[in-house]
Amino acid sequence: MSTFKTKNSRREFIRNVSLASGGMILSFNWLASCSSSERELKALPKNWFELNGYLKIGDNGLATVMSPNPEIGQNVKTSMPMLVAEELDIDWNNVLVEQAPLNVGLFGNWQIAGGSRSIGNSWVPLRQAGATARKMLLMAAASAWSVPVNELTTSDGIITHKLSGKSDHYGVFAEQASHLEVPEEVELKELADYKIIGHSKKNVEGKNIVTGKPLFGLDIYKEGMLTAMIVHPPAFGKVLKSFDASSVINMPGIKDVFTINTFNDEEARGWSDVTAFNEQVVIVGESTWQVIKAKKALKVEWKNMSKTIIKQAGWGGNATDVSIPSGLENTIDHNKNLIDYSSLPLQTARKNGNPEKAFKEAAKVLERTYTAPFRAHNTMEPMNFFADVTEERVILSGPVQTPEAAEGSVATRLKMPREKIEVHLSRMGGGFGRRLYGSFVVESALISQHMKAPIKLVYTREDDMTYGTYRPAYSLKYRAAIDKDNNLTAIHVIGGGIPESPLHENRFPAGALDNYLAEKWVIPSNITIGAYRAPRSNFNASAEQSFLDELAETLGKDPLEFRLELLKRAQENPVGERNDYDAKRYAGVLELVKKNAKWGAQDKKNLKRGVAAYYCHQSYVANVVDVRMDGNKPVIDQVFAAVDCGIVVNPDAAINLAEGGTVDGIGTAMYGELSFVDGVPQQDNFDKYRQIRHHEAPNKIYVDFVKSDIAPTGMGEPPYPPVQAALANAIYSASGKRLYHQPFIHELNS
Amino acid sequence: MAHFTLNVNGASHQVDVEPDTPILWVLRDHLNLVGTKYGCGIAQCGACTIHLNGMATRACQLQVSMVGNSEITTIEGLSENGEHPVQQAWLEEDVPQCGYCQTGQIMSAVSLLKNNPHPSDEQIEMGMSGNLCRCGTYTRIKKAIKRASNN
Repeated sequence: MSTFKTKNSRREFIRNVSLASGGMILSFNWLASCSSSERELKALPKNWFELNGYLKIGDNGLATVMSPNPEIGQNVKTSMPMLVAEELDIDWNNVLVEQAPLNVGLFGNWQIAGGSRSIGNSWVPLRQAGATARKMLLMAAASAWSVPVNELTTSDGIITHKLSGKSDHYGVFAEQASHLEVPEEVELKELADYKIIGHSKKNVEGKNIVTGKPLFGLDIYKEGMLTAMIVHPPAFGKVLKSFDASSVINMPGIKDVFTINTFNDEEARGWSDVTAFNEQVVIVGESTWQVIKAKKALKVEWKNMSKTIIKQAGWGGNATDVSIPSGLENTIDHNKNLIDYSSLPLQTARKNGNPEKAFKEAAKVLERTYTAPFRAHNTMEPMNFFADVTEERVILSGPVQTPEAAEGSVATRLKMPREKIEVHLSRMGGGFGRRLYGSFVVESALISQHMKAPIKLVYTREDDMTYGTYRPAYSLKYRAAIDKDNNLTAIHVIGGGIPESPLHENRFPAGALDNYLAEKWVIPSNITIGAYRAPRSNFNASAEQSFLDELAETLGKDPLEFRLELLKRAQENPVGERNDYDAKRYAGVLELVKKNAKWGAQDKKNLKRGVAAYYCHQSYVANVVDVRMDGNKPVIDQVFAAVDCGIVVNPDAAINLAEGGTVDGIGTAMYGELSFVDGVPQQDNFDKYRQIRHHEAPNKIYVDFVKSDIAPTGMGEPPYPPVQAALANAIYSASGKRLYHQPFIHELNS
Repeated sequence: MAHFTLNVNGASHQVDVEPDTPILWVLRDHLNLVGTKYGCGIAQCGACTIHLNGMATRACQLQVSMVGNSEITTIEGLSENGEHPVQQAWLEEDVPQCGYCQTGQIMSAVSLLKNNPHPSDEQIEMGMSGNLCRCGTYTRIKKAIKRASNN
């Protein structure tokens, strides 16, 4: 066992949790489905006793564990309570799970679904919460039985005193335990003793999902609630000129038509306050279809936007003036700029050795440019939020990845103290980064305030796709210097984008080369962007790992062995100080995928394969993809994924995420793009925006994990980037065609 | 507005809505049956799949005035408490990630298996290609359909 001090901030924290949780917020069940999951459990207890903010013990021995983070499909509503239950030492079948509302005072400052950090950030505090409760139950039992606490043991929610033969379940001691002081220190189990962590547990919400229970934001219906929709400019670079409310106000069910300004110009916007269309027309009505019809009928005129300056803060940083250019942008121009940026100033991000000399003396230079388009997140559940604003308080409920930031933005905009705002979290029908930017939460609050009524703001699919925070358009140019003896002597990478550069200058192969240069550029745009599943990595992996493949071929080396050779160098004698990856773990996933895929063995089915690996969000993933070509169309027979995310908390759920990331990565590389003509997004629904479908997914995906005793890291993002390159490399070996520009479907058909 | 009598999940329901209202919004806004999801509104994603007289149908394209006496089955009417073999197979394979599309996937799968109790991989892929899953659970969906097919 390892001992952890509960003193310092953690002790205060746990104590505060106990005090605060008797109040309204924790006793408030927003959706029926946000209460305990409906698994087959014994009868509910008559009384619950709270041991800390994360858990309550019932008088019959059941436990309710609060899941603090927003559930976006990454399965934290199961895996986070598993951490608590492990150290509580209770039978998982006796655990109920509830979604906690926003309360950073209780749950710390990472009540966010983002950065693949939910499990990593909660690894210690959630286990501590369970261990603390267990210790308090032991203390209560010791007192009841008048025996020393160190003579007691627990197993599956039963406390036993072997010497006297006494034994009873937690429920018997819960009330007494709930009155005890929080212990000064608690012991945490060793990895080998885990009974829950590392053992697959099914999604606690599974049955509610397959029976269609109201779990999602769009499923919120409250007494007296109205439905609101927005009408936003049809093009980036346009703003509202005028609208004619009389064109729709008399339509059935329509209650009001008005405009809102989501953010005040005099106040700085927070990092998550991203909106291209600050002023919009709002239509409110009794039911969804009535509002959809009015939305189509509304007469509205738009005008071109002038250059605009807004005050906007970055991640936790101070606000700066950000200039938003005017103009109506076109993809055809973007594509030209992504390749031909030569007039732009380049900013050096990292330099090792003397790359200029290496290139000057090179016998051969391999130079390739890779690009990728804007992409819309396209969560299956479009953006929506419920708001009920009165002069006394604000109730917000719905799907948002960043509830704390959204609450802050509403507080600022409505001039309402945070204490008077409640935020309840619904299950999210996907996020992928889109719901990090909760301007729709502010919109919903402003609409409710105007209507003096509870409202649900609903984006249509078209709103969702054409009013987004998109993945930027990216470009990476890679250059490699090769000397007369066929040795790789330098790599030069130039990463640029509209309006953000994808460059990760400290990522592999930086650190593996004596001579290395990384530079970046950006072109401003009025098209709004944001984080998109594995930001920047989602393109870097594809470009970098495709280039390394072609470089290996140029050098006459096996592509997998070439990567291992570079990683060996980075491990044994790293170049530079700031390399952001662990070369040993990076090589580890390549070795595992090499073994599982039997890399190098003769293939009987005429399948051709490609390999790639990548590190992002603290986890490592390597892929081998096997394809055969059906004309211009790759048929993906199988994908091997080797993952190192430290300790795997819930193996089958982690496999599910790796499978999903693989499918999403293939869809991204092959099909998806958002293009613009005169600022107008050319794809506004799934008939025009191509998402990967059943028949385009791999036939089989084999996921395996590196055995590890390192604290767990994320699974939401890391499996998504590398498969894009593994696919490109496999297509090359099957077709002889190198792919440089996403979505690959265009190059394959050209 | 007009009165309609609908046969949903074996029970008769009265609604007073405009005749062109898609059944999707009648179910969700007026009958409190929210298991049928809105995803695209143009029959491209399959999230709103219901059964009309046993046939998989996109609820977003079906106007209330067209339904007449036809039997509508939604995910809520598929079984009392998730006992349907397809729902059970979904739980066994632990298919969902976000879960939003899964009720539509299940309704499509039930219809597929009704017409073809032992579909091949290719028949599953083509039969399910109208249902999008952004989380990419397609390989698990295929496994679940095969499992249900074998039961």
